[in-house]
Amino acid sequence: MKMEMRGVTKRFPGVIANRDVDLVVEEGEILALIGENGAGKSTLMNVLYGLYDADEGEVLLDDQPRTFNGPGDAIAAGIGMVHQHFMLVPVFTVAENIVLGVEPTRGAGRLAVRRAEESVRELSDRHNLPVDPHAVIEDLPVGLQQRVEILKALYRDAELLIMDEPTAVLTPQETEELFTAMRALKDQGTSIIFITHKLGEALEVADRISVLRGGEIAGHTTPAETDQDQLAAMMVGREVDLVVDREPATPGEVVLAIRGLEVVNDRGQLAVKGVDLDLRAGEIVAIAGVQGNGQSEFVEALNGVAEVTGGSIELDGRELVGLHPKEILRAGVGQVQEDRYAEAMVAEFSVAENLVLNTWDAEPYARRGVLQSRTIDELARKEVEEFDIRTPSIHTDMGNLSGGNQQKVVVAREFARDLRVLVAAGPTRGIDVGSIEYIHERIVAFRDAGHAVLVVSTELDEVMALGDRVAVMHGGTLSGPYDAPVDRDAIGLLMAGIDPDRPVTASGSAEQPPQT
Amino acid sequence: MSTSDDPPPEAVDEAVDERERRDEDPGWLARFRTEIVDGQTLLLTFLALVTALAIGAVLIILSEEATRETLTYFFARPGDFFAAAWETVGGAYGALFRGALGGPRAWSETLVSATPLILTGLAFALPFRALIINIGGEGQFLGGALLGGLVGFGVTGLPMVIHLPLTLLAGFLGGAIVGWVAGILKARTGAHEVITTIMLNNIMILLTDYLLLTALFQRPDRPDPISKAVAGSATLPLLFGAGFRVHWGFVLAVLVAIATWWMLERSTLGFEIKAVGHNPRAARFAGMNPDRIYWLVLAIAGGLAALGGIVQLSGVQGRITPGFAAGLGFDGITVALLGRSSPLGVIAAALLFGGLRAGGLAMQADTQISLDLVTVLQALIVIFIAAPALIRSLWHVKTRKESGLEATASGGWSA
Amino acid sequence: MSADLDARPAESTRDDGLDPTSPLVTRRRAFGIFLVALAAVTLLFLLGEGGEATFVLRDITGGDPYFQMPDLVVSVGTVVLVVAILAAFAGGIQLARGFGRRTYLVLGLVLALFVFAFLTWATAGSSLNLLAILRLTIRQAVPLVFGALAGVLCERSGVMNIAIEAQFLTAAFTGALVGSVSSNAWVGLLAGAAGGAFIGWLLAVMAIKYRTDQIIVGVVLIVFATGLTSFLASQLLTPNPDLNTPAIVSPIGIPVLSRIPVLGPLFFNHTIFVYGAFAAVLLVHWALFKTKWGLRVRSVGEHPRAADTVGINVYRIRYQAVVLGGAVAGLGGAFFTLDSAAQFSEEMTAGLGFIALAAMIVGRWRPFGALGAALIFGFAGSLSGGLAIVQVPIPSEFLLMAPYLVTIVVVAGLVGRPRPPAADGVPYVKE
Repeated sequence: MKMEMRGVTKRFPGVIANRDVDLVVEEGEILALIGENGAGKSTLMNVLYGLYDADEGEVLLDDQPRTFNGPGDAIAAGIGMVHQHFMLVPVFTVAENIVLGVEPTRGAGRLAVRRAEESVRELSDRHNLPVDPHAVIEDLPVGLQQRVEILKALYRDAELLIMDEPTAVLTPQETEELFTAMRALKDQGTSIIFITHKLGEALEVADRISVLRGGEIAGHTTPAETDQDQLAAMMVGREVDLVVDREPATPGEVVLAIRGLEVVNDRGQLAVKGVDLDLRAGEIVAIAGVQGNGQSEFVEALNGVAEVTGGSIELDGRELVGLHPKEILRAGVGQVQEDRYAEAMVAEFSVAENLVLNTWDAEPYARRGVLQSRTIDELARKEVEEFDIRTPSIHTDMGNLSGGNQQKVVVAREFARDLRVLVAAGPTRGIDVGSIEYIHERIVAFRDAGHAVLVVSTELDEVMALGDRVAVMHGGTLSGPYDAPVDRDAIGLLMAGIDPDRPVTASGSAEQPPQT
Repeated sequence: MSTSDDPPPEAVDEAVDERERRDEDPGWLARFRTEIVDGQTLLLTFLALVTALAIGAVLIILSEEATRETLTYFFARPGDFFAAAWETVGGAYGALFRGALGGPRAWSETLVSATPLILTGLAFALPFRALIINIGGEGQFLGGALLGGLVGFGVTGLPMVIHLPLTLLAGFLGGAIVGWVAGILKARTGAHEVITTIMLNNIMILLTDYLLLTALFQRPDRPDPISKAVAGSATLPLLFGAGFRVHWGFVLAVLVAIATWWMLERSTLGFEIKAVGHNPRAARFAGMNPDRIYWLVLAIAGGLAALGGIVQLSGVQGRITPGFAAGLGFDGITVALLGRSSPLGVIAAALLFGGLRAGGLAMQADTQISLDLVTVLQALIVIFIAAPALIRSLWHVKTRKESGLEATASGGWSA
Repeated sequence: MSADLDARPAESTRDDGLDPTSPLVTRRRAFGIFLVALAAVTLLFLLGEGGEATFVLRDITGGDPYFQMPDLVVSVGTVVLVVAILAAFAGGIQLARGFGRRTYLVLGLVLALFVFAFLTWATAGSSLNLLAILRLTIRQAVPLVFGALAGVLCERSGVMNIAIEAQFLTAAFTGALVGSVSSNAWVGLLAGAAGGAFIGWLLAVMAIKYRTDQIIVGVVLIVFATGLTSFLASQLLTPNPDLNTPAIVSPIGIPVLSRIPVLGPLFFNHTIFVYGAFAAVLLVHWALFKTKWGLRVRSVGEHPRAADTVGINVYRIRYQAVVLGGAVAGLGGAFFTLDSAAQFSEEMTAGLGFIALAAMIVGRWRPFGALGAALIFGFAGSLSGGLAIVQVPIPSEFLLMAPYLVTIVVVAGLVGRPRPPAADGVPYVKE
């Protein structure tokens, strides 16, 4: 099915999410739609899927203008969506999820369970996407859940598949499997819109590439005509240099010593399986890895909020395991949490209150249990100035700030304290390029001042840009750290749990044995 | 949806930059104005009251024999109906108004009714700031009356300066224990406080029924369930002498409300409570202790409701009978909601509902219209407050922002 | 779907190679110790006066059974000893190797035996009409079953319903009023369902349309219904007693079956409400788990956005489930005025709506679970009355507390934490 968008504009109060977007997907074609977080990709696709009404413009399917009043219409028209956050009911079986909304019945509204299971099995055979119709979704690994999402769309005879960041949660191997499936679907005549911000993937699998920037189309191209650098420039609107300017590290003594660390996640499974790591003053160790490989639990353990079942974490010789999060904070461990909104801030609190969120009961911000609002406001004014936090007032609710400014508040809060080590998990997740550069600079400056920094990120670019030494976390174990500069492809293989069979440290310098 | 759905950050930055940068603390008076007597809020509250009274008027008209009769020949002589309706409704609401505000005695009765409501209102409002929903006011109220009463009539021979504070303290403790049970269950096992507090309410009601027939509590000369009388040295003195029932408990309640306000807005504990309420996970990362907050806040809240119980016992009733709580714990929930969970708002709301109750009693005496109308009015007011969109569409008013209870997202049983 | 213990493979709980500090082993031990302690407590019953206990199983409701059951006469000492030994034996096995998946079954059986031993001890030297107590259990369970089913319907669709008490009261009132005016119990029953559905509709509008916090709406609706029914009762019913004398339903004996001894009076000689309650359990189970509508209701309660993205109208499904739930609770409310009491009085439901809520939670949001919990709670209620007759020195208040205590124990996760629908209580905002 051919899909064409003409002049689509979508406004939200105060913001234009999409402006005059033209987009074409031909039948049996994979179109990669790339753009930064916040470029308007999801909004645009939600317009196509009938979740939003466009304010202007039209959508044509096979050259016929169409309007959708909800996903039901879009589905009926042959559009299927594979959502970034899977739209699957965790406690339902695969078959129940696939037929939901178009259930086969046998009189009196009775569910024809067996018929549903048979047709699901037949469908998965036909498309070579094997999955057990009886399995309950929550027991399946992520890759299989995604397969169910795809089958769900195909069950509804989708001729156009929208895939919203489908590789974000996959290992490189699972990604390859997905690409194979996508190519097979394409050969059967299905059109695919592949949304991503990973340029390499777009170049690998797409027939054509459209770039979205700030809600507008920045250009259309094909993999043959372009390369990563050019795409990156189109995406951010200027040539970006992701390499942070910095001097080589001059590491000092070991500040943080982690030995045999084992951490259990909230489902009681062992998520971190014996990690050893030494972090020295004046260096940045960056840990790469696909989401869900134990990094979250590792960071939580360093923050004191996860259940540590074995091993030790020593800060300047002092054991941190078993301490309350507050004691760890006050010992000088700085924290930038992975999920800013859920872990690092209180949206309903003011900027000033968020700046003392983890020092609220300490001198000089509190005396004998009483908040010292004057001192807190002084701090807030200083930090807003120093970190260029764009806010109408220090008393504005944090939730009203943009992501980048919220992250600056979080980072400012940590740098305002007396730190020995900074643990920064995804320090630039979901924020604008300008803020990313600024935060990277601050982290490097902090290192140059002789502090130890641990960066944990799922963005390989960030790891490459910041790490003096780079380690990889996979399946709860750590490979490395390896001295920078490291071979990007080798790191990619390690992230997939594959031994690269070659030195990880690149450009001639000898491989360092893992530090113990 | 996903984070990638955020509007372009630059656009927001610019919008924010255009506004004036104001760094000064607006000051407590301005905060009071915006938080509690904000014009919009006041307008909504007023319209909610008017709407509730209008619905109440319809109920009166339909339920009164005299007006109902005129309805049967409405089309022949509509004038009769309007005259009768005006007379009935006007008479009822007139009596209600006089009973609440007409003269010093009415004022005194209003304050008497408001006193326990302030305290049970705080018992819901305070934990609500930590996103804990305390439905247990009723049981905690009884806990206060029971333990406080035990000291109030069980201990004798103490001077008032010792006996009265001791009684109040015992009362506080009685409810604090009941609240703490729910809190520690939530902290240790994750049991949802709504379920545990509801169950504890019923347990406490049954416990009261049982204890009232034991030698410890029962009045020796009576076969029916009624407790001994609180000793004079444990009785809250009257504020303005024998002519008026209003007692020092009212002053105590107001002081407790102010203290609660101070604790929430100025103390590190209040900061922690609010942080846990808005985002418990972030609070944990910031070195706070949500589990401790859960049991601490519920214990304090239980104590507050219990103060309501012991104050009612020591200041008004003098003895415990079955049904002693009389829904005052539940009424506290409506008071807190009307007062938007702010301690100072709770005082105002308790005065309004206390006035309705005092007036309702006068209305019942003068016009034989049942006091239960007041309960209906109370529920209606809170329904309209909870869904401001309803009021807005009814009255075609526009308000600047949502100020109701939309999406407070207490988040279900499993939270 | 059910608790963590069930979800794990049975082998793991039996595996002695398990880490002795693991929560599963700790729980296994705790249950074992509990069983042994229960055996010890049972032995305390020997301290009583002993002798024989007589349990009456004759039908005293006036039926005409094929033959009368003789009284069951047992020796207190023997029963207590046998039960104690069985409990200790079960405890020993549990401590040694555990019952695995059958733990709860064994626990339930031993508890039932313990209750029997307790009854024997309490009845020692006297006689207790066991059949009457069991029959009353079923009748007391009726409103609880309807109320809990109402909760199941609402909450499976993602709307919390703590306003069951409000639905009971309103339905009891409308049932009495319409049942009196029409002089027809069936019309009254319909009016009761309509009254409950009205409160359900209010809950739905507030929760779904205005997205108000559902716990708060529930509480406020209870206040509203209490006030409104009390107001109308004193304004309308008290001055006009003929408006408060509804036609009531009468027992319908099922031919043949009702004349079976014990089982006949117990199950087959009841009013339509009792049969209706059992039928409603079957119907709600069928509707939720075997039909297209039920699949959609559950999807909306677990993951509304997923349902929305496949074109299911989340709001419509929730409205349907909540209003239907209100009507079901309304049937339970009508029971008060059209069956048990024959007239409306203020606040007559006396907190039974909260016990129904408890039955829903203890029954883990499942119709048959709700039925089981309602029967247990009903038993506690009827037993408190029965024991008063044999003059047991246990205050009835403590037996009446049982439902509340059991519920607290269950939500505290001491015997398998229940898992509510994932989106229960969370308002859905359409994009």
